[in-house]
Amino acid sequence: MIDKPINNRAWFFVLPVLAFVLFSSLIPVMTVVNYSVQDTLGENNFFWNGDSWFRDLLNPHTTIGARFNDALFRTLAFSFVALAIEVPLGIAIALCVPRRGWSVGISLVVIALPMLIPWNVVGTIWQIFTREDIGLFGAALTGLGLHYNVTQDAVSAWVTIVVIDVWHWTPLVILLSYAGLRAIPDAYYQAARIDGASRWAVFANIELPKLQKVLVIAVLLRFMQTFMIYTEPFVVTGGGPGSATTFLSIDLDKIALGQVDLGNAAAMSIVYYLITLTVCWVFFTIMTQLDRRRDA
Amino acid sequence: MARITLDHIAHSYSGKPRSEDDYQLKPLQHVWEQGSAYALLGPSGCGKTTLLNIISGLVIPSEGRLLFDDTDVTRLPTEERNIAQVFQFPVIYDTMTVAENLAFPLKNRRMPKMVIDRRVAEIAEMLDLTRDLNRRARGLTADAKQKISLGRGLVRADVSAVLFDEPLTVIDPALKWELRSKLKAVHRALDLLMIYVTHDQTEALTFADKVVVMNDGRAVQIGTPAELFERPEHTFVGYFIGSPGMNLLPAKVNGARAYVEGHGFDLGAAYPGLIEQSRVQIGVRPEFVSLTAAEGVPVQVRRIADLGRRRLAYVDLAGHPMVATVPAGIGSLGDRVNVKIDPAQTHVYLADIRVQGVAA
Repeated sequence: MIDKPINNRAWFFVLPVLAFVLFSSLIPVMTVVNYSVQDTLGENNFFWNGDSWFRDLLNPHTTIGARFNDALFRTLAFSFVALAIEVPLGIAIALCVPRRGWSVGISLVVIALPMLIPWNVVGTIWQIFTREDIGLFGAALTGLGLHYNVTQDAVSAWVTIVVIDVWHWTPLVILLSYAGLRAIPDAYYQAARIDGASRWAVFANIELPKLQKVLVIAVLLRFMQTFMIYTEPFVVTGGGPGSATTFLSIDLDKIALGQVDLGNAAAMSIVYYLITLTVCWVFFTIMTQLDRRRDA
Repeated sequence: MARITLDHIAHSYSGKPRSEDDYQLKPLQHVWEQGSAYALLGPSGCGKTTLLNIISGLVIPSEGRLLFDDTDVTRLPTEERNIAQVFQFPVIYDTMTVAENLAFPLKNRRMPKMVIDRRVAEIAEMLDLTRDLNRRARGLTADAKQKISLGRGLVRADVSAVLFDEPLTVIDPALKWELRSKLKAVHRALDLLMIYVTHDQTEALTFADKVVVMNDGRAVQIGTPAELFERPEHTFVGYFIGSPGMNLLPAKVNGARAYVEGHGFDLGAAYPGLIEQSRVQIGVRPEFVSLTAAEGVPVQVRRIADLGRRRLAYVDLAGHPMVATVPAGIGSLGDRVNVKIDPAQTHVYLADIRVQGVAA
């Protein structure tokens, strides 16, 4: 064993970061925690309310509980659909991106373009793009005789939000997968050719296993982002028609800022946050454990 | 099972070669005989892996033809060539067990399951992998992984050739000996054409029936280990093979006598017509130069290296460094001694190429 010098003064290097995290995250979060256990009758007078906001929220028979359940289900469904399209599509496109030559740079820039556009601009672009009177996409579909109307038809609204997300964020999966594919040494492909492996066998036995680690990251990032989706439905559909695209973040926004119902909104924020954290943690733990168990 | 012919094969990675320097592999004419074990020996970057990849089809040569028996396969893709190749670093299929890894090349060729099972068991037995057959290949050590790679190379019984690209680089020295002798045994048992790329002369000389020594994209000599040792056709072979390599001294040669900076000694044969030449060297291995108390060429001793089994003297012959053997029985040495050079084992090189002498 090497004797490591112990010097407590090293803590001074960490302190500024702790202070920064305190002000950037912990203190703002504590105000939310604060609201979630208090109630007010106006005039800025707050009093202790215990866990009753949480009990209401988690009871599907209350109005707020039912509303939360619906939004949660919608959000989970959206995450699932978006991931189910983006991950396979991202891998498939990454496999087609050239590995060498002048076309590499161009391909990657073109692929990355959607990610560089700010969220609300994306929303505005698609809001106009999907209008059935002047939008290219909307007008084209209407011209084909399809019933397409984002503001009136729930299916249209859903499809539109999913298409926006796929367009905006599949590039992330492509870039991550591409990086993973590039990291595979040539010898693997050469050995596969010598062994007479089919294209599918190369994918299933070399590429996919080697991509596993980046895919875990891609799925985590995409889950978190789709689970928190806000700008696209806010700008394009406004959560409608009805409440068809009212995802958790949109609903939270309505309760907190629209109705200024701080207790319910705070409790919902915390539960929302804990769900995201739990899903990510469970997913990550299972994937890494599986990995380890396979080696044994 | 086949004979492989290289018909003026040459390769340049840059596409359009303008001079001979642009070739990573200079034009080469050679026939690899069925059932023999060859080694491609040379320093890094000498073109040996390129040559190997041309045979397996991973690289298409820019010039020349490649024949398997009498079929031209120059442009045939790897998977249609019936070649097995083992790479420098272990390549294993992560998701599969050891047995599945070994069976993979056979499964891809749609062999019946019974044949696959028997063949996998045989190869696993040969390489000591039987105990690990049902383990996942990923968790194994680098040694074991490389054994799996070797196994995948050997598992197909009908291949035209098995190519090895420095396969023992990652293996532990102790295991290296064992694996090398295993490969040799496998070669004898399977009667395959094997081509083995290495920069390690011990590996090449122990494995191969014939060694191709390469330097700078050129095959400088093809011969048995004994030929390479006793009669290097090129100064590079003399210097590269043997440890330490051959002594090469600039000399004037007049008939059957050589002069190094005025010190004369006898050669085993006569070399007429070299007296006017300036790029003449004589080459003699340290094994055939010995220190002596008697008459000889005077040298100055720089240092003595005791290798246990033998002692070598690093000496200076009129400003030219050379290595000599210290015969057993010679104790303490002065600074100034003489060396005796065995005339029969002394070769003459003109512009790096060996000159054949005529009987004196």
